[in-house]
Amino acid sequence: MAPLDQKMDTADDIGLLRFSTAGSVDDGKSSLIGRLLYDSKAVSTDRIAALERIARRKGEDVIDLSLLMDGLTVEREQGITIDVAYSYFATAQRKFIIADTPGHEQYTRNMVTGASTADAAVILVDAARGLSLQTRRHLYLSHLLGVPHLVVAVNKMDLVGFDKGAYDIVVASIEAFADAIGAKRTYIVPISAKHGDNVVNASTNMPWYEGQPLLALLEALPPAIVMHQAPFRFPVQLVRRVPVHGGEQIRQYLGRVESGHIKAGDEIAVMPAGRVTRVRAVSDFHGPLERGESGRSIAIEVQDELDIARGDVLTPPLLPPRVDDEFTATICWFSDDGFNGQGRYLVKCGTRTVAGRVAEIIYRLDVATLATEPNPETLRCNDIARVRIALAESLAFDAYDANRATGAFILIDADTNATVAAGMIALRDGEATAAGGSGFDVGL
Amino acid sequence: MTIPVLSAKPAPAPARHLDNLESEAIYILRETAAEFSNPALLFSGGKDSTVLLRLAEKAFRPSKFPFPLLHVDTGENFPEVIAFRDRIAKQLGERLIVRTVQDSIDRGRVKLKTPNQSRNALQSVTLLDAIAEFEFDACIGGARRDEEKARAKERIFSYRNSFGQWDPRHQRPELWSLYNGRLDKGEHMRIFPLSNWTEIDIWRYIEREEMELPSLYYAHERPLAVRGKNLVPFSDLFPAREDDVIETRVVRFRTVGDITCTLPVESNAATVEQVIAETMVASLSERGATRLDDQTSDASMEERKRAGYF
Ligand SMILES: Nc1nc2c(ncn2[C@@H]2O[C@H](COP(=O)(O)OP(=O)(O)OP(=O)(O)O)[C@@H](O)[C@H]2O)c(=O)[nH]1
Ligand SMILES: [Mg+2]
Repeated sequence: MAPLDQKMDTADDIGLLRFSTAGSVDDGKSSLIGRLLYDSKAVSTDRIAALERIARRKGEDVIDLSLLMDGLTVEREQGITIDVAYSYFATAQRKFIIADTPGHEQYTRNMVTGASTADAAVILVDAARGLSLQTRRHLYLSHLLGVPHLVVAVNKMDLVGFDKGAYDIVVASIEAFADAIGAKRTYIVPISAKHGDNVVNASTNMPWYEGQPLLALLEALPPAIVMHQAPFRFPVQLVRRVPVHGGEQIRQYLGRVESGHIKAGDEIAVMPAGRVTRVRAVSDFHGPLERGESGRSIAIEVQDELDIARGDVLTPPLLPPRVDDEFTATICWFSDDGFNGQGRYLVKCGTRTVAGRVAEIIYRLDVATLATEPNPETLRCNDIARVRIALAESLAFDAYDANRATGAFILIDADTNATVAAGMIALRDGEATAAGGSGFDVGL
Repeated sequence: MTIPVLSAKPAPAPARHLDNLESEAIYILRETAAEFSNPALLFSGGKDSTVLLRLAEKAFRPSKFPFPLLHVDTGENFPEVIAFRDRIAKQLGERLIVRTVQDSIDRGRVKLKTPNQSRNALQSVTLLDAIAEFEFDACIGGARRDEEKARAKERIFSYRNSFGQWDPRHQRPELWSLYNGRLDKGEHMRIFPLSNWTEIDIWRYIEREEMELPSLYYAHERPLAVRGKNLVPFSDLFPAREDDVIETRVVRFRTVGDITCTLPVESNAATVEQVIAETMVASLSERGATRLDDQTSDASMEERKRAGYF
């Protein structure tokens, strides 16, 4: 094996990149990730031996690299991916968490699961078949989710004779679609996952391609945008009472700093109620902290005896979130039953869960044409729609493009407990976006 | 559209990798405490569940853990691991519940096909019985996605129906860190705070936190039965076969489960630094190197998981 020790040691200090795959069924996503791991010598010998056994049994002379990802029996039987497979690997440059997602339309929810936490999406297009409806949907969803980098890999270049002309045609259609939805920061690479062209190693079959192979590109993508600059947001997870000397108790609010930072002495507002107090102490298990940084799980004490509970959000008084009992949002509907205009739902946003309902379907988006259909009565599985959500009580939230952590929500069916939709709260007219957002609202 | 030619300069160091993993795990543990009325943490004395305990300390101390520790004992564990389990639980001052596969056999809940059959797979029944007995609605486990291909598919909040089964075709979508913990009575959730940790992350964390582990994770001399390419451990309770060739080798264990299905690897790594160095160049996967239970068929882990195994 390659000198992995050296790889891992440097990789520990630079940015992790989480990326997910996307694209139509059979475009070669799992094969690509298998190839990436295999050519990076990141696959253990026992797993390669297992693939060789399968190839021998089937009488094939090359191993099927997609099986490194497709670990479920049903997936192997059907030759498709059903649910996300996560894998972990590192090169000299970087650590990666890869979410290989399914292309099949029926499992779009699992693709969104993988993409929701990704810093980059690698979207595959079959060079011979061009941009399909499902690929458009995935491109659109990745963009909507605000995935910071979109990388389009035009796969199966071997099937078009590694021809530049064929590639250019596909590229033109991708560019047209990316422009139409306003996707920025998009890269494009011609590859063959099956034969390894431009995956880890530069292709000798496509001398006309001047860019770098996929892996080098992924290694070089600017690191995930840390939500440092955004205003402080601290959704309270738990309240704990800690005994102090003299038999007294102090209360500590436990949670994760989702954006910004906090230190003792800072003024904070408790939202949605809006009461203001000052931070007395910030600490973690090891003791007091000078500053609670974004991404850290910490404990906060405040000066005044306020009623603060799970679901409240601590924020700066001068840069508060919105507080309302309704909002408009873009949702992707996941449940096979669709939405019939009725139904009782719960909205989980941050650490708060409140009763809510879809008060209005403003319109549904046709992903193929990007046309909108105003006020449909119902939604089907996989529909993307702009809706108005009404809540039983006030909620503190931000627009998704301003803050992912406080602008994302899920809808839970109150009767079946199923997660039926993912939602992204819309910006209001004139509201600024954070650097991390897609920065574009698709006229939605 | 951009022709990708970016140079891979080491990025300005963001928050460190282990800190991020730790912070995510603490977040998950606290969500579990908030969303469930009666969780339990599965503690076996192995390295992953020992890391879980450290994370629980970080999430909840100075308070007591909002859950007891639960161990499903097959009765075939390494004695030094059981001793470690009991000592750590005592040190932490947390309640440890032990349920044994033997109980399930005695009560007729499971039958052994042969007296010498491994009890490893039977522990699912005992676990589900314990869940029913204590009405646990969530079980926190130390499984990692990098361990095995079926585990690579699992959610962080992983739903189990009233039969304790996992249905990999119908998992709940899980977006951002918005975990859906809603259940009906009789159902439960398996929760995996270490989902995104790799074997090397675990060892780096053990090093950083100066954590103690059972001694068999480090190189030691051990008499072993040599069967083909497998080095099989034995004990007083599970003696070697008459025809076994016994040799003493210097070995350590990468995973610690049942004595009947866990194999050691030959190694001189006697300290955590040496284990880390060795893990980074290992060419065999963790379970591939050491688990007999995963070698029986290509889908053995998935089948066991569907039936309620961890
Ligand atoms: N000729 C050719 N075939 C390829 C290439 N990449 C993948 N394939 C084949 O395409 C088929 C589908 O590959 P997968 O990797 O399973 O596709 P997928 O995108 O993961 O499919 P889903 O996950 O089910 O959406 C397999 O038969 C692959 O061998 C390629 O570069 N060239
Ligand atoms: Mg696939």
